[in-house]
Amino acid sequence: MPLLEIRALTVEFSGTPAVRAVDGVDLTVDARESVAIVGESGSGKSQLLHACIGLLAANGRARGSVRFEGKELLGVGHVAAVRGRGIGFVFQDASGSLTPHLRIGPQLAEVGMAAHGMTQEAARAESRRMLECVHLPDVERRLMQYPHELSGGMRQRVAIALALVARPRLLFADEPTTALDVTVQAEILALVAELCREFGMALLLVTHDLGVVAALADRIAVMQGGRFVETAAAADFLAGPRHPYSAGLLAAVPTLAGLP
Amino acid sequence: MKSGLWHDALGQLRGDRAAMASLVVLGTLLIAAIAGPAFVGFREDEIDWANMAASPFEADGHWLGTDRLGRDLLVRTLHGLRVSLAIALAATLVSLVIGVAWGALAGYLRGRADALMMRFVDVLYALPQVFFVIILTVVFGRGPLTLLVAIGAFGWLTMARIVRGQALALREREFVEAAIVGGAGTLRIVGRHIVPNLLGPVIVYATLTVPQVILVESFLSFLGIGLQEPLASLGNLIADGAAEMETAPWMLAVPAGCLVLLVFSFNFLGDGLRDALDPRDR
Amino acid sequence: MSLLELRGVTVRFRQYGAGARELVAVNSVDFAIGEHEMLGLVGESGCGKTTLGRAILRLVPLAAGEVRWRGARIDRLGQRAFRPLRGELQYVFQDPHACLDPRMTLLESVAEPLRGLDPDTDALDRARRAQERLDEVGIAADLAARYPHQLSGGQLQRAVIARALVVDPRFVVCDEPVSALDVSVQGQIVSLLERIRDERGLASLFISHNLAVVARLCRRVMVMYRGRIVETAERRAIVETPLHPYTRELLDAVPGIDAGARGRLLRRAARARPAVDDSTPAAACAYAARCPHVLPRCRVERPALQPAGESRLVACHRAGEWPGGLPPLASV
Repeated sequence: MPLLEIRALTVEFSGTPAVRAVDGVDLTVDARESVAIVGESGSGKSQLLHACIGLLAANGRARGSVRFEGKELLGVGHVAAVRGRGIGFVFQDASGSLTPHLRIGPQLAEVGMAAHGMTQEAARAESRRMLECVHLPDVERRLMQYPHELSGGMRQRVAIALALVARPRLLFADEPTTALDVTVQAEILALVAELCREFGMALLLVTHDLGVVAALADRIAVMQGGRFVETAAAADFLAGPRHPYSAGLLAAVPTLAGLP
Repeated sequence: MKSGLWHDALGQLRGDRAAMASLVVLGTLLIAAIAGPAFVGFREDEIDWANMAASPFEADGHWLGTDRLGRDLLVRTLHGLRVSLAIALAATLVSLVIGVAWGALAGYLRGRADALMMRFVDVLYALPQVFFVIILTVVFGRGPLTLLVAIGAFGWLTMARIVRGQALALREREFVEAAIVGGAGTLRIVGRHIVPNLLGPVIVYATLTVPQVILVESFLSFLGIGLQEPLASLGNLIADGAAEMETAPWMLAVPAGCLVLLVFSFNFLGDGLRDALDPRDR
Repeated sequence: MSLLELRGVTVRFRQYGAGARELVAVNSVDFAIGEHEMLGLVGESGCGKTTLGRAILRLVPLAAGEVRWRGARIDRLGQRAFRPLRGELQYVFQDPHACLDPRMTLLESVAEPLRGLDPDTDALDRARRAQERLDEVGIAADLAARYPHQLSGGQLQRAVIARALVVDPRFVVCDEPVSALDVSVQGQIVSLLERIRDERGLASLFISHNLAVVARLCRRVMVMYRGRIVETAERRAIVETPLHPYTRELLDAVPGIDAGARGRLLRRAARARPAVDDSTPAAACAYAARCPHVLPRCRVERPALQPAGESRLVACHRAGEWPGGLPPLASV
């Protein structure tokens, strides 16, 4: 049985005009598998993720089915409940996950306690362990710091640590490296790859950057206008995409090859 | 084609029931204040010897009763509304113009100029307003102009502070830097880029200032240092009514009720505007 | 004579907060840009590249050094005195959503610089010239009448470029003009810049954190780390035979989409090295803490920027040891 099963998911936003961001998509993610959804802004990829996690805006409605480990995820309500089910998530901007006025240690501990019912002791130990797992230097000092005292890359590491508290089986990531420099991007991608292997996590990644995909994904789904136009194993896809839109996306990635 | 931004804001405002109701009420009050007295059969200083201090139920033709001197309360209240509104709107306008110009310039210039300008505001802030009004009244006599100056001289202070805060934040925005790179001078930047982008909070605050000014003016008139006869604002009417509270309660109830309606409506409208103009329009 | 010349340019910032210190954002930078030349500047966030660009345009003051435009010093000019020069030196900002006034249409924003810098024009002239520039970048009149929040990042960035060009400048600083855009749109804007470069022969300083983008557009590239230039070379040399370890790191970091990308990344993971943010003592190489080839000498002696072959400069003590350039880290 697949770990995550999305069936006929449709996301609509009311308003003038009403918008259908996601138009009946199907997707499965197996345990330990990394799947990437690739698309430009406006393709609906973020809304797809938000619908799964329960983060849709007030005027958004999701229909269809999203099953995690056999249990329905849609309509579970809000983010904290989803966290408790064995799902972690990382956003593009770490400030989406980190509260600016709380120190890092307490924030991590809070997730452990609230979502997983840990005692304060256990939560603190887990926080420390997670910060070490993400290779954050000088962990003791970081625990007492505020998010704004860290660089963008380090904040993203903390956000990943936050997602990892209590070992999720599935990690959702929405453009996790887009706001970062190329060098930091590479480090964070390497980190995510390492962690997925080490913790045996599945990964559902949303991005507009095929460079990210090549590094992390086993399978790719290309999204355009709310639908998947192509799904394939990553290796096959990178060797030769079938759909012209996908080919266009691939061609647009700046590379060092073929310089004048 | 004028802006998407104002258009969206209007749309959101239309959805806010309290705000729309307030708009209707205010519109009605405004029309009543301007045109109303023409439709009431009595003039505001017309004395009806037969119906002195008559309640709304017993006086014929006087829908809201009469006051101690037999003057029709409805027409007096409408005139009072007219006076209160006129002064409040004028004073708010003055506060707006001075406050926005002062605050925007201070916020944009920063450094020493800002410090000086805002220290000046702080000093004025510390002066007790009522005291100042009394002095002005003693020197220049009671009257609408004195009142306008007295209220206006303090009204712009908070506006300046708010605007300065907004301007400080706006100044750091990249499009201001882009304007500098594009060769714009200080006045152009403040006038074309800073002020239009802080109009949201300014409008909200102005809408919420009007009722405050009305209350201040009413209070001063109530105390007897605001307007004097023959001009009567709602405050004056309330003062008169308070004196007769036990024997002729409608003399207090009518102008007070009108004041409350006015203040409530402005406040609801201001709240609605604040929500509608919230810069979440990205 | 070069169009733009920088000598010993240094910019300092006072940093408030826990123990106010002075941060040296740009440290003794020298370079020159000739007419029609597009010079690339690569580095990570915080290395000072944006500050450098802004210093040239007099948006931040210099602590030391000289900036010469056509031979004349411009770094000492006050804002008023500098203003006429803004018709010749322009700037393309990074975030198109932030650098356009949300209350002005695209046409108005693009026409705006003409007001201050070309006073002989009237409103009609300005609108006409603005629309010409917008057409040049591919924004038709109906889009130009819209407000920023109604348009996509790519469209806005085109307008930002049009605005920089409307005064017919001789030199433009492009500060990360594609970083805020989707990868698919980046390519379009890069092509646009290529076309403009070819058609107008504009001189430019192109700043980015992505070496692949810079190498596509610029024949000569400077690599910046922690406020200093660490390597300068022709693009082929930078890409094929990098001499500074940081340049090598930047090259390795460019996301690959070939079949080997995954393998490289996983091997890199085994060596995941987090960034260090401590300040380095002045008399050491700033990159020493991160460098895989570090020697004891590097921690006590700062390498100077020195020639290393034709039109090449490197600041590394070990520069001569790899004549064919540093190999990719994965195979070390």
